[in-house]
Parts: sequence; structure tokens; C-alpha cells
Amino acid sequence: MIAIKNINKSFGERQVVKNVSFEFTQGKTNLIIGESGCGKTTILKMMVGLHEVDSGEILYDGQNFPALNSDGKQEIRKKIGMLFQGGALFDSQTLEENVRFPLDMFTDWSFEKKMERVEFCLQRVKLEGKNKLYPAELSGGMKKRAALARAIANNPNYLFCDEPNSGLDPKTSIVIDDLIKDITYEFNITTIIVTHDMNSVIEIGDNIMFVHKGENRWTGDKNQVLKSDNKELTDFVFASEFMKTVFLDRHKK
Amino acid sequence: MKLFFHIGRYFMLMFRVFKRPQNYRVYLRQIIFEIDSIGITSLPIVAIISVFMGGIITIQAAYAVDSPLVPLYTVGFTTRESMILEFSSTILCLILAGKVGSNIASEIGAMRISEQIDALEIMGINSASYLIFPKIAGAIIIFPCLVILSMFLGLVGGFIMGVSSGACTAYEYVFGIQAFFMPWKVGFSIAKCITFAFLITSVSSYYGYYTSGGALEVGRSSTNAVVYSSILILLFSLIYTNLFIGH
Repeated sequence: MIAIKNINKSFGERQVVKNVSFEFTQGKTNLIIGESGCGKTTILKMMVGLHEVDSGEILYDGQNFPALNSDGKQEIRKKIGMLFQGGALFDSQTLEENVRFPLDMFTDWSFEKKMERVEFCLQRVKLEGKNKLYPAELSGGMKKRAALARAIANNPNYLFCDEPNSGLDPKTSIVIDDLIKDITYEFNITTIIVTHDMNSVIEIGDNIMFVHKGENRWTGDKNQVLKSDNKELTDFVFASEFMKTVFLDRHKK
Repeated sequence: MKLFFHIGRYFMLMFRVFKRPQNYRVYLRQIIFEIDSIGITSLPIVAIISVFMGGIITIQAAYAVDSPLVPLYTVGFTTRESMILEFSSTILCLILAGKVGSNIASEIGAMRISEQIDALEIMGINSASYLIFPKIAGAIIIFPCLVILSMFLGLVGGFIMGVSSGACTAYEYVFGIQAFFMPWKVGFSIAKCITFAFLITSVSSYYGYYTSGGALEVGRSSTNAVVYSSILILLFSLIYTNLFIGH
């Protein structure tokens, strides 16, 4: 289980994360939502160690991640898979090599066994047969799916996704959301997703934290988010009349 | 104060680079790849420049020693000394700093801004070691080979130009390049180029690794890598020369 307790982060004089606490549920999709610039990606980056925390605790099964030495952090990171906003696939490697990379580094499996796993992961994200393509030859949606395949290659316990739907059309966004949700339930992974995509919130939000101006202002799930009377949350969720109509209609059904 | 910041951060990065590799087989594969990427692809430019420089040094030496009191084999002797002591190690490495250094800085810098280095870190990989160590090791292995090749081709270029232009005869040139030969000078040149190989790859990797921002900053890192590598090459060349052949 992952929990964050009273974490704070400033960049110079500007405090971007203020005393945020939250518990992420195992085997569920946990969403950190909020408008652009509210500090949600900073929270995610602190959780994986890409940003240092100023104060507070990030607990992975009781171990305080920021207090660990570099070897301790590396051990926890081996259990983490991450889907970056731009995919972050290695340009010089084919799709197959990208997915095989964590296996090459951390397992002593035979080449055949590694390839079996690669095929399974590519099949899982519906990219079978694309093994020899380079990242430059993939579309935005395919890059995200390939990055997801790489993220799950080493059987992670935790999956972090930074804006998995950014830059994608609505149809592809739904495909990515469904994949993340299915993989989370299938492998009992603790998934943490940073998003401002309201469709994702309604479709896959098992456990949601709403961040506003660096603070945790609301927590709940996808069924509660539309009923909430928290003004900041409703301003965010129903940013336009159109969205209000669509989401409330869907909720009634 | 900024200088001390960079020096401190550079040594901290090197400390991470030389940590125990996480997977020897993968590192070995990367080193072989870097030998090809850094060294083999530099062969054409090394060959062309060395042949031309050998020829130019020969013609200039012939022009400078245009006196009946100086024996003509001095032309070959001067070409050999210039090629071995300075050109094939220092000048060649300055040229390679431009080609290899900018390549390394922009490659690692682009990986940084596209979050590929973050991806490595999150996988639990020591990104500094995985990305930089094979480049340093590859350069240290291949640079001496390039320098020896450059010495040989420079002398061949000198021979072709010297004889074809009538600056000296083939016998005088060949006698000159063998006269008063001291093998330790070749060792001195190789020691210099190993130092330069380390400087070019580590300094360029440093600038690439700490790139932040976008395409503009990648370009800036690439420029800084070439400028500072070149300055350090000249500084260390001066130190080596003073230590080993200075009075």
C-alpha cells in the first residue's frame, strides 16, 4: 500500500504542494485530479523520487521512501512501472527492445522466456506484430500503449501514469483508460493516475483526490464526484454547461 | 562560485558513473556499441585530416628549413615529431571533441528533456552509470587506436606531399622519420589521448545529463560541451608537455 503524509514542496519562494495526505488503495485505480498547475504532477514526481520532498512522508508498505538511501530507493523503484506523458520510449530501440529492456536489466531469464513475456505484454496492449517498429514510427496512442507494455513488463506492484490521455482523441483515450483499468484489476496493481480528463474520472476513478492550489481539497470516488457540493470541485468538474449536461445525464442513466 | 558548483556536481556525477554496473552483459554490449558509434564512425574524418595535416606539415617544414646548412631529412623528422607529439593526440582530440562531444551532449540532453532518463531512474536503473560509463570506456578503448592510425596516415601524407612536390627525396623523408626516434613519445601521446578521451566523454555527458528545458537548451549544452572539453584538452596538454618534456 502507498500513503502520503503531510508532504510539502516549494520551488524557490512558491509553495506548490501544501500538507497533502492521502492513502492509495491497492488493486484500484487511484486518481489525482485538478486543474493545470495545481501541483498534481509534482505530487506524482515526489512519490517516485524525481522531486525531493521538503517535508512529510511517502510510505511504500510502511517504508518511508524519501528517507531511504539510493540503494533502498532503487529496490522500491524496481517494483514501479510508469507511464509518462510523452511515453518516454527509448528512441534508439525498437518496440520489442523497449519492452524487453527492464527484463534485460533485472532478470537472468533466457532470451526465449524474455521474448515470451514481451509478446504477452505487447498482446495485452494490442500491439502484437509491431515488434520491430521504432518509437518515431508510432502514433501518439500507440506510443502510450507501448509505454504501458514496458511499464508492466517486469510485473510491477505499483503503476504510475502521468496524464495518460493528454494529446489523444476521445476514442483512443477510452482505449488507454480501459487498458489501465483492466491491467490494474488483472494484476492487482496499485495504480496512481494524474489526470484532468473528466471522462477518466467518471469511468475509472475508484479512489479520487482532488487537488486545488497545492492542497488536498476533496477525496471520494467516481460515484461521489458528481454529487459533491464542494464548490472548487464542481467548478472543475462542470467547467462548461455542456459538460454539466453530459455528465449529469450519464449519471442519471 | 558557479565554477565550484559545476566542479562539485561533475565529481558527484562521476561517483555515480563508476558505481558497480547493474548488469555486466548489458554494459558490455553498450561498450561495443559506443566503440562503433564514437570510434568507427570517426575513421573517415580522422583519415582525411591526418593525411592532409601530414602533407601540410611536410611542406611547411621544407619551406622553413630551406637552407644548405640544414639536412633535408629534417623535413621527415619534423613531420614525425609534430604528428606524434601534438597533432595526432591534441589536435585530433580537439577535432573529436567537436564531433563526439556535441553528439554525446545532444543525445543525452534529448533523452533528458524527453523524460527517457527519468524513465531509466524509475525502473531502478542508475541512469548516470548506464548512459555514461559505456561512452567513457568505449572512447578510452578506441581513441588510442585512432591516434596511432592518425600518426601512420600523417606520415604517409607527408611522404606523398614531400616527394611529389620535390621538397625532399623518398630516401631523405624515410631516413628523417626514423632519425633519433624515441618510442616513449608514442606512449606519451597515447597517455595524453586517453586523458582527452575521458575528458571529452565525461564533460560532454555532464552537460547533456544536466540539460533542462527544451531544444534550445540541448543546443546550448552541446555548445558548452565542445567549448569546455576543448579548453580542458588544451590545459591538460600543457600540463603533460610541461611534466614530460618541459625543462
